[in-house]
Amino acid sequence: MITRRHLLGTAGAGAALALSGLNPKFSEAEAAGASLTPGVPSGVNSVATMEALPGKKPLIKLSYRPPNYESPLETFRTAITPNDEFFVRYHLADIPAVDAKTYKIAVGGDGADNPVELSFDDLKTMPAVEVVAVNQCSGNRRGLSKPHVVGVEWGYGAMGCARWKGARLKDVLDKAGLKKEAIEISFNGADGPAVDKTPDFIKSIPAWKAVDESTIIAYEMNGQPLPHWNGFPARIVVPGWTGTYWMKHVIAINALTKPQGGFWMNPAYRVPLGKFPLRDRFITQENATSTPITEMVVNSLITSHRDGARVNAGKLVVSGIAWDGGYGISSVQVSADGGKTWSAAVLGQDLGRFAFRPWSFNLAARKGKNTVMVNAINKLGQSQTSELIFNPAGYHNNVMQNITLNA
Amino acid sequence: MFLIAGFAALIALPATADESSVQLKKAPGLDKVEANCQACHSLDYIPMNSPFPNAALWDAEVTKMIKAYGAPIEDADAKAIADYLKSNYGS
Repeated sequence: MITRRHLLGTAGAGAALALSGLNPKFSEAEAAGASLTPGVPSGVNSVATMEALPGKKPLIKLSYRPPNYESPLETFRTAITPNDEFFVRYHLADIPAVDAKTYKIAVGGDGADNPVELSFDDLKTMPAVEVVAVNQCSGNRRGLSKPHVVGVEWGYGAMGCARWKGARLKDVLDKAGLKKEAIEISFNGADGPAVDKTPDFIKSIPAWKAVDESTIIAYEMNGQPLPHWNGFPARIVVPGWTGTYWMKHVIAINALTKPQGGFWMNPAYRVPLGKFPLRDRFITQENATSTPITEMVVNSLITSHRDGARVNAGKLVVSGIAWDGGYGISSVQVSADGGKTWSAAVLGQDLGRFAFRPWSFNLAARKGKNTVMVNAINKLGQSQTSELIFNPAGYHNNVMQNITLNA
Repeated sequence: MFLIAGFAALIALPATADESSVQLKKAPGLDKVEANCQACHSLDYIPMNSPFPNAALWDAEVTKMIKAYGAPIEDADAKAIADYLKSNYGS
């Protein structure tokens, strides 16, 4: 049995040994160089490999079909995630290549007076806005749930931060004559299920969130067209909210006077009512026990070191990123003594309240074990949790990291 | 009938080269897993979600695939699949 720390400290050497057949205990994932997040189910080791989808760099492949690929930790050493390293997440396996020349978005619904169809060119001739925003899968870190829950067993990397450019959803809805009776705006993408009876992936957001100035239909990501795997030619961007609402390859937008039904609104993508300290609520979808997941909880990630890393005693810089549901990071607190004392990290460039906020901390590493913890605090005063708030789908895991650096 | 025919056509499609690298444990019931589950998803989903599920959880997953996701799996196959998962990927 290989311990977690041992595995991390020697992953490179382990890969070489496994390839040469000297140590059959090392998994295929290590042989292919996938460094997994400590704590994910052990079975992930047998399927996770570093593999590149067309147009992408090698990412941690968790499933081939539908494709679910997470970004390795090193990806997050910059506040902007490169397009070819951005994670990939699909629910349904029929994913067409969409041609921008024939692409259309149908905008209508019973909450719109004037249904319209928009071409890709129509979209691009509307006033353009840019927003730097984190797109994080609701299930990011699901693999760390205790006890484990079923689903895609993500580690830390089902997220990314990009500069999105597009048209305001509000402007598109205005074109379609949004009625004041509309309570939700729903989205459908070009991707569909492998068998007809599987519910199509259709999601809605409250009308108030849809007309927020930051909610856009994006056709550029970091100055480039969206990669196919991230929603080409256009996707919905809902800054602050988890990725489930960021419909890729969006082809239909409907204003609704009644709540959107369907599997993907309920029972999927729900959190127990009252368990999380969230401000944004999706009232028209709430019931007595659960509510749709909405804004992201405040969180952080150490990106400079992996758990168990060897370091030299003395001066050391530990760095990473912090983010939240769009209120902005006010402070990042770091402890180098397992939580006894805390000091503020230096915050890096502010790319906006929806973006990853870099931070760094000067540490005096002592000989032996140094237990480093990080706690991000946002402008509402919300902070990370020390204990997991368990929920059946494994969402909203913002437990403070606790890593050991060995000097 | 149309749906069933469509389904049969789908499972007859060859898996992609990459996907064929996923090797599940050879044990009774694997044929039913291969014939049904990979109509909609690659088989790496199974080891990824292991070995933590107990018998009740694997039963619930198979039921979810049929009831929530509409997988057209016959009762006898569903039982064989659940038994395979419990024996090979359960806790």
